[in-house]
Amino acid sequence: MNSVPDTLEEFISQEYQHGFETLIDADEIPRGLSEDTVRLISARKNEPDFLLQWRLDAFRRWLKMTPPTWSNVHYPPIDYQDIIYYSAPRSQKDGHKSLEEVDPELLKTYEKLGIPLHERAILAGVAVDAVFDSVSVATTFKDKLAEVGIIFCSFSEAVQHHPDLVRQYLGTVVPVQDNFYAALNSAVFSDGSFVYIPPGVRCPMELSTYFRINAKNTGQFERTLIIADQGASVSYLEGCTAPMRDENQLHAAVVELVALDDAKIKYSTVQNWYPGDKEGRGGIYNFVTKRGDCRGARSHISWTQVETGSAITWKYPSVVLRGEESVGEFYSVALTNHRQQADTGTKMIHIGKNTRSTIVSKGISAGYGQQAYRGLVRVARSAIGARNHTQCDSLLLGDRCQAHTYPYIEVKNNSATVEHEASTSRIGEDQLFFCRQRGIDTEDAVSMIVNGFCKEVFKELPMEFAVEAQKLLGVSLEGSVG
Amino acid sequence: MLSIDNLQASVADKPILRGISLEIKAGEVHAIMGPNGSGKSTLSNVLAGRENVRVTGGKVTYRGKDLLAMEVEERAREGVFLAFQYPVEIPGVGNVYLLKAALNAQRKHRGLPELDAMDFLALVKDKMKLMEMNESMLYRAVNEGFSGGEKKRNEILQMAVLEPHLSILDETDSGLDIDALKIVANGVNSLRSPERSMILVTHYQRLLDYIQPDFVHVLAGGRIVRSGGPELAHELEREGYAWIGDAQSQTVAAQ
Ligand SMILES: Nc1ncnc2c1ncn2[C@@H]1O[C@H](COP(=O)(O)OP(=O)(O)OP(=O)(O)O)[C@@H](O)[C@H]1O
Ligand SMILES: [Mg+2]
Repeated sequence: MNSVPDTLEEFISQEYQHGFETLIDADEIPRGLSEDTVRLISARKNEPDFLLQWRLDAFRRWLKMTPPTWSNVHYPPIDYQDIIYYSAPRSQKDGHKSLEEVDPELLKTYEKLGIPLHERAILAGVAVDAVFDSVSVATTFKDKLAEVGIIFCSFSEAVQHHPDLVRQYLGTVVPVQDNFYAALNSAVFSDGSFVYIPPGVRCPMELSTYFRINAKNTGQFERTLIIADQGASVSYLEGCTAPMRDENQLHAAVVELVALDDAKIKYSTVQNWYPGDKEGRGGIYNFVTKRGDCRGARSHISWTQVETGSAITWKYPSVVLRGEESVGEFYSVALTNHRQQADTGTKMIHIGKNTRSTIVSKGISAGYGQQAYRGLVRVARSAIGARNHTQCDSLLLGDRCQAHTYPYIEVKNNSATVEHEASTSRIGEDQLFFCRQRGIDTEDAVSMIVNGFCKEVFKELPMEFAVEAQKLLGVSLEGSVG
Repeated sequence: MLSIDNLQASVADKPILRGISLEIKAGEVHAIMGPNGSGKSTLSNVLAGRENVRVTGGKVTYRGKDLLAMEVEERAREGVFLAFQYPVEIPGVGNVYLLKAALNAQRKHRGLPELDAMDFLALVKDKMKLMEMNESMLYRAVNEGFSGGEKKRNEILQMAVLEPHLSILDETDSGLDIDALKIVANGVNSLRSPERSMILVTHYQRLLDYIQPDFVHVLAGGRIVRSGGPELAHELEREGYAWIGDAQSQTVAAQ
């Protein structure tokens, strides 16, 4: 009857940009999962015994666990024996030393993705760790960072060179038995990034990891651990893409953040895994556990995420507010289009006195997209004077998509203040007609409206990422005036 | 400027406009009055290109072109402006940003260079003075939290910035206090020129005291049942629309 959904349709049916595949000789282990697989991965990485034992413990616990069923996402059971748990470009087998030694095919891949790894070509002020399938292929600016005592390297390297730090912190934020996918990750994780910022050091540049799934039938199980020691601060970015394939691929990552006294960690994600085609064939299952521990007084952890990819997203970046006066933040934009499903949100666990948390969640659904915001705010008896503010807005494009909000609030302390606001709106035919009547075409109008909706979150992103995020949403840059 | 010839249109399969003919020359101001539900907004919408109004007959020529064949944004860029009866809110989108995007889209269409931020701000601030609007409104989200009267004033600000050839003001006077009415009228009058035409949809003589129309038409039941000069509005103010019943049965009988 009115043609708005059609024009919106055109807007929202743009093709995935990063769907190409890199043809590269890979060292893969056979499909399937058993104790032997775990041992094989650990051996490939030449790991110390404590880590092997830790993995085996996780694996044994995982065997007794079942996948969570409480979320609002639907998919056929995953055959965990049909997945390849380790795949590394053969040229990278012995780990990488300098960029000169990185396989040119890989460098080309990252260039195509807009992530040139050559340091001179890199946007000033961003150091990159590039993870390709199961291994880190390059880490830039490592030496410069080392001058101020910062450790920024692949997880595997950290295991070799800083085993004590790894041992001290690994699994202390997300215990191996935390949930089904975290246990699986703990057993088979292959690589990821490791960051340690020593006391009093402000990291002089943005750190980032770029995850790329390339190989077929593989899962990606990366593990990231970031520690900001007393008074340290760091801003960390994470980006993800994958080729287009008809099969679903599993990505089950774990990210642990530890902030000691007066430390600050800002973690930003632009997640653009392949979302599957219009009919919902293929795409990444993104089942991720991300948690930050504000262990020290006045520490500060902030998650900002822009989630546009994946067939299914299941992810709740959380903060445990242990230290007095610590601060947790969660800013999220999640977009689901076509047949994508997302069940995402956060948990803020207030334990320390006068802890504060802020949650801003913006969900955008288009096509047949299904989206749920699920947020838990828990205030323990000990958290005197705790405060939370939650704002949760949904925007619907068209009339076949859905958005749901599930706020869980548990307050055991009556000195706490917990506020929750929620709204759902539809990009109205009215708004669109208004913009077009002023001469702005549909595409720009939708961008403008969506961008306006996400503004509070985008302003939390580092500049380069904000631009990328806006592009991702098909959004032209707003705010050049005023 | 605009020539409407036996225009018929339906909304949700319900015929609303039942054959409207209207000739508007450059420089003229036409007032359209008529009872609630008679089709005034529908006429405004169909001229602007709203998709939920389906044209079932007739034609409209605008500056020599087939208006009905043009896309919504194309009409806007060709100089058709609609001030909405109920302006929408767009959260998070700055007023100034929308205005700049609109103006530059239109300039581009006309082969003019886009205005940069400085020139644009100078222009807008100038027009805001005319509309006696506080500059802080520029940086607020489009119409969000604006009062009814502020929204209407904001519509006229947009019109003043975009300088359209044909402006259609749908009940811009409704909800304005006396002072605001004068300000809005002043803004509209400042755009009056031999090259520009206007359609004022209104229920009240009040607006026409400030903006003198050249013609007044009465729309009822989807037809123009009477046309006249400014004096017709005075007559309507005195006598209301009770006479329309007869007039309508007469036109029906005459057909
Ligand atoms: N979407 C719709 N579905 C059904 N009927 C509609 C729709 N939109 C408008 N109409 C009907 O069309 C008729 C004309 O409406 P319109 O808004 O054009 O009247 P109007 O003359 O502008 O009235 P007012 O003076 O109250 O603003 C009304 O009877 C209205 O109910
Ligand atoms: Mg009306």
